[in-house]
Amino acid sequence: MSAIESVSFRASELLRFITAGSVDDGKSTLIGRLLHDSKAIFEDQLHAIQKSTQKMGASGVDLALLTDGLQAEREQGITIDVAYRYFATPRRKFIIADTPGHEQYTRNMVTGASTANLAVILIDARKGVLTQSRRHAFLASLVGIPHLVVAVNKMDLVGWSQDVFDRIRAEFAGFAEGLGLRDIGFIPLSALNGDMVVERGDNLQWYQGPALMDYLESVEIAHDINERDFRFPVQWVCRPQQETLRDFLGYAGRIESGSIQVGDAVTVLPSGLTSRVAQIVTLDGDLARAAAPQSVQLALEDALDVSRGDMIVKSDDLPRVTREFAARICWFDAQPLDLKKKYLVKHTTRTVPALVTGVDYQVDVNTLEQQPAGSLRFNEIARVSIKTLQPLLVDDYATNRATGSFILIDETTNNTLAAGMIEQER
Amino acid sequence: MKAVDVGEMSILQQPSQVETLKGPGGTISHLDVLESEAIHILREVAAECRNPALLFSGGKDSIVLLRIAEKAFRPGGFPFPLLHIDTGHNFPEVIEFRDRRAAELGERLIVRSVEDSMRAGRVVLKRPDESRNVHQSVTLLDAIAEFQFDACIGGARRDEEKARAKERIFSFRDSFGQWDPKNQRPELWSLYNTRVHPGENMRVFPISNWTELDVWQYIAREQLAIPSIYYAHPREVVRRSGQLAPVTPLTPPKPGEAAETLSVRFRTVGDITCTCPVESTATTLVEIIAETATTRITERGATRMDDQTSEASMELRKKEGYF
Repeated sequence: MSAIESVSFRASELLRFITAGSVDDGKSTLIGRLLHDSKAIFEDQLHAIQKSTQKMGASGVDLALLTDGLQAEREQGITIDVAYRYFATPRRKFIIADTPGHEQYTRNMVTGASTANLAVILIDARKGVLTQSRRHAFLASLVGIPHLVVAVNKMDLVGWSQDVFDRIRAEFAGFAEGLGLRDIGFIPLSALNGDMVVERGDNLQWYQGPALMDYLESVEIAHDINERDFRFPVQWVCRPQQETLRDFLGYAGRIESGSIQVGDAVTVLPSGLTSRVAQIVTLDGDLARAAAPQSVQLALEDALDVSRGDMIVKSDDLPRVTREFAARICWFDAQPLDLKKKYLVKHTTRTVPALVTGVDYQVDVNTLEQQPAGSLRFNEIARVSIKTLQPLLVDDYATNRATGSFILIDETTNNTLAAGMIEQER
Repeated sequence: MKAVDVGEMSILQQPSQVETLKGPGGTISHLDVLESEAIHILREVAAECRNPALLFSGGKDSIVLLRIAEKAFRPGGFPFPLLHIDTGHNFPEVIEFRDRRAAELGERLIVRSVEDSMRAGRVVLKRPDESRNVHQSVTLLDAIAEFQFDACIGGARRDEEKARAKERIFSFRDSFGQWDPKNQRPELWSLYNTRVHPGENMRVFPISNWTELDVWQYIAREQLAIPSIYYAHPREVVRRSGQLAPVTPLTPPKPGEAAETLSVRFRTVGDITCTCPVESTATTLVEIIAETATTRITERGATRMDDQTSEASMELRKKEGYF
């Protein structure tokens, strides 16, 4: 490949994925292998991890050290937070959210997963499907990651056995089906040796599917965003002060889903006022049509009262305008959920006071059993009912990640307390 | 297509074309996605923070930020001033560029200098030739207090350094300006928690998800002007611990070092005393992109002496209030 080709991304896309698994599953080694074999590791980085490997009394290059960024992590040999890595192939650019697999870090996996197109779940071929694997699959389904890859690692340590791989695949597929996970790929590999990571290697001749990198490069992600429902939360109102621009009034925001054309009939929520799109404004000139995930300014034919927190939608396709909804939430704070306390909900560009009025049930992330609960503690997941002071403009998370998601904020400490995913009314 | 160098257009991005149908079913490049994400972040800062500032040094990353700000807010003005923390040891080409660019945009530029902090006794150097890079933190925190900024927008990228790789886009700093990597707010979807108490501060990094190559491709696509020292030019340098140290009145050769003149360019432009150029013959953006795509050394590894002090240099500086 020539230098010129290697930077030609004209037709490529951006794939964001997370890796779930523990240090023992060889997760860091796998990421190191992906980066190394796609030539995304630089000589000075290799040199630095060579030095660290020697300091720890080992020899060679421990690829795991590449992803362990902070001093505390290097000292303790753990990963304490979400780290983001970047690499590119001629076909795609990739962003990895590297999330730790320890039990106490559900928070981090949910965080990394919230923006991901795909999750790679690592399973140690010797150990098979563990409680942890089930937890990762459940969290992936909770956060609605569109694509899943189960990487059965350490195949070298089970004699490259197809039987072992098939058993793990059958077991995982069995419970994944119950979670509603649809697009799942299974790949046997050895991160340590490199087989089926970037190169196919010689040891897994019986496996006919794609190597991990092939899979990442070719999985179809163009339709991951909701293309049907136009949703435009207003972020900012552009009203220039200059004399010559007195009449300009642009509503700035990012199209979160769907598309819009000049002339389309639109409704502003929650007011319900209607108008038509007069102009789609960008610095590079006006557009006739725009679609998610573009950031634009919309000018309307009529002078309406529109401000941040409002949502512009197509008049024939409205979201729910509601002050009450059900949601699954994942609790992140050391202080448990308090049903009597007023919280803030941030949903799209709208932040409103809210009460969690009840916990319908809690989900045990290990057994997936539903249990009654009166509160929620750190890293616990539950279905709850929420009531807000002002209306929100919502869709179900399952149909629209952008307008179905919210965070809970503590007004006093300013901490982000929980991630929420809005569910269908029963 | 806005091309920089016809004949090698394949290595540039297809720019946003007015007629092109984009989004689902259309063509949308990775640069379009990154740009839209950055615009969204800037608008969130402007809407939710009381008094933000955009850190503009005249370097390539903050040049990209200014372009993103134009995309986010034109035809209106920027809802924040530009702020530069000047070590007093910057390359003159960069300072000249900084002032010219701010004037062209018609936006307000505030400059606060480490030398003022030294005169006020707030910064005390251990040696006169010590790098002032680390001391920018003091001047920055003083400027934040002076203007009561509650958010500073910076051009840091996660691909630059491993401590940055773990930092949020909205990075909370306590009332001492400190970053606590173990106690960061979880950041989900594009729902940023921008809230701070008085005296606390947010650092916001809209191009967190960009790589060095993305930055160069974007500069080429948008045809952005950059300081001349980013292009290859002859410069007197000495070879010092694997890097090329520029010879300037501030940084003369040390005893035993022989100066030589090489064709070089800067991949990053910071404090003169700790920023090194790399050997290069790239005199166009297309050539810079080609070199960036094939280099085997990271941006900071090749060019920053201050990151080489220890494996945790950046992490330690950030904990003390650095950008």
